[in-house]
Amino acid sequence: MRALLHGLPWVAAVGAYFAFPEFLPLLSGIAIAALFALSLDILVGYAGVVTLGHAAFFGLGAYTAGILAQQGWGEPISGLLLAMGAAALLGAVTAPLVLRAGDLAGLMVTLGISLMLYEAANKAAFVTGGADGLQGVEVWPVLGIWRFDLWGRTAYLYSLAVLFLLFLLAMLIVRSPFGLSLRGIRGNARRAAALGVPVKRRLAAAYAIAAAYAGAAGALLAQTTQFASLDALSFQRSAEGLLMLVLGGLGSLYGALLGATAFTLAHHALSEASPQFWQFWFGVALVVVALAGRGGLVGLGRRLLRR
Amino acid sequence: MAAFFSVFLDGVASGMLLFVLAVGLSVTLGLMNVVNLAHGAFGMVGGYVCVVLLNDAGVPFLLAVAAAVVAAAALGWVLERTLYVRIYRSDHLEQVLFSIGLVFILGAVVDWFMGARQQLIQLPEWLSGRVEFAGVGLGRYRIFLILLCGAVVAALHFGLVRTRFGARLRAAVDDGVVARAMGLPVPRIFTLTFTLGSALAGLGGALGVEVLGLDPTFPLKYMVYFLIVVAVGGTNTVMGPFLAAMLLGVVDVLGKYYVPQVGAFVIYTAMVVLLLLRPQGLLKKAA
Repeated sequence: MRALLHGLPWVAAVGAYFAFPEFLPLLSGIAIAALFALSLDILVGYAGVVTLGHAAFFGLGAYTAGILAQQGWGEPISGLLLAMGAAALLGAVTAPLVLRAGDLAGLMVTLGISLMLYEAANKAAFVTGGADGLQGVEVWPVLGIWRFDLWGRTAYLYSLAVLFLLFLLAMLIVRSPFGLSLRGIRGNARRAAALGVPVKRRLAAAYAIAAAYAGAAGALLAQTTQFASLDALSFQRSAEGLLMLVLGGLGSLYGALLGATAFTLAHHALSEASPQFWQFWFGVALVVVALAGRGGLVGLGRRLLRR
Repeated sequence: MAAFFSVFLDGVASGMLLFVLAVGLSVTLGLMNVVNLAHGAFGMVGGYVCVVLLNDAGVPFLLAVAAAVVAAAALGWVLERTLYVRIYRSDHLEQVLFSIGLVFILGAVVDWFMGARQQLIQLPEWLSGRVEFAGVGLGRYRIFLILLCGAVVAALHFGLVRTRFGARLRAAVDDGVVARAMGLPVPRIFTLTFTLGSALAGLGGALGVEVLGLDPTFPLKYMVYFLIVVAVGGTNTVMGPFLAAMLLGVVDVLGKYYVPQVGAFVIYTAMVVLLLLRPQGLLKKAA
């Protein structure tokens, strides 16, 4: 029964490939959003570190992969790994700053760092293309076999495969002693420290891991769309990630998948009506989710099942 | 030199505006430890009320500004009583989501009715143009802003230091638990302060249309500025945020004028560095 439940999202994801061949770009978008939400889940849901600037890592990953491919190294998997590495490095460097400032100030440091990166990418137009975005990204076939085609078949399966592997890894991470110590820290940092958990070091590691995950999501976006823009670094992206996460349910990896799916579909449906319309309902969703508590859709499902 | 002085004055004027816009936030943060990223939205609402009254209804400028203050105060009061009151005990994550949500809702509503373009206002004649002063041309509106906001700063400082309400407020910010134990009505103090802070934000928004600009992204665009003012200025005085806002306004305007290629990068870097060097400006309460 449990194994069936675990398999369900992935069967659905593969089924969607055959059922909706005309919506493959949207499906890739869902997979990428899910990876981003997963990354935030590790950081916010498990480690309990709230961030307002997670787009920094997403954007860094996108630009790293994009610039590599633009400059003549279009091999996707190594590009993805390098993007993850760059994001993890930035995460490892900035984690002490964020954690040192603590609570509220730390929140603002995350915001400040992401804005710095946004502004840097905006001004360094000779590298990033500035406000026009990164043009001329050419990504080679995956494993030298599957070209990125016009319909987005390769893009979707590639994104899904990466999401699947990183999801399994995340599952291992959160169930490992390391993951349990993160939960302990979130529950009560002082007591965790008293039990001998090196709190700051664990949180810094979680920060770097989450950064790598966000970098992977960004790299996927740049590779599958062959484009990277300032959008990837924007504050709105950080906020969207948080909404997906809380919508799906904090601290459960499937919640991140569910939230990202619901969010992306809603975005698709509503922004077709008009952009203001989307902004409005995005705001309403944030307020409702904040007032309703952190269970999200997963929590709702659990409550219904228990009855 | 004359050009420098003129730019400098611009910086002072926008610093004054930033202070008026942000001072309410510093109090709410200090008093309730609430992360309110939507504070700029009250400024935006004030700005639009002023623009609509001035341009479409032909109301005189000062009256339109007064109406903006009242509208922002009313909105602040209603939102505090109905929604904010529910998130005081929540975690920062919920507060962040809630207040960002408010920003997007209000931004979308404004965008729907007014469009995404920058709003312009026609200043009355007695406020437009320049006066020559010792060979330096000074904008009349800038001087008006500096005088008016200076009066607000003085009134706030006096109010906080000398009045009974000010004393209660300082006590509540310093130690909410003890203040409650001494019988101070902390929630009521908070509602009043929140309303006052919203009113001031509305004033800043209305006065700032000409200087800071006004469009539906106003709250997000200036969110960081407000946070810097609060972070650097601390939460228990008027002078702290005031000095922080002046510094920020002058550095920002001078930077944009003399080194435009660096842009806002300087401001963000300064924010991060200052937060790291002086987190107690913010954390005095949380610790």
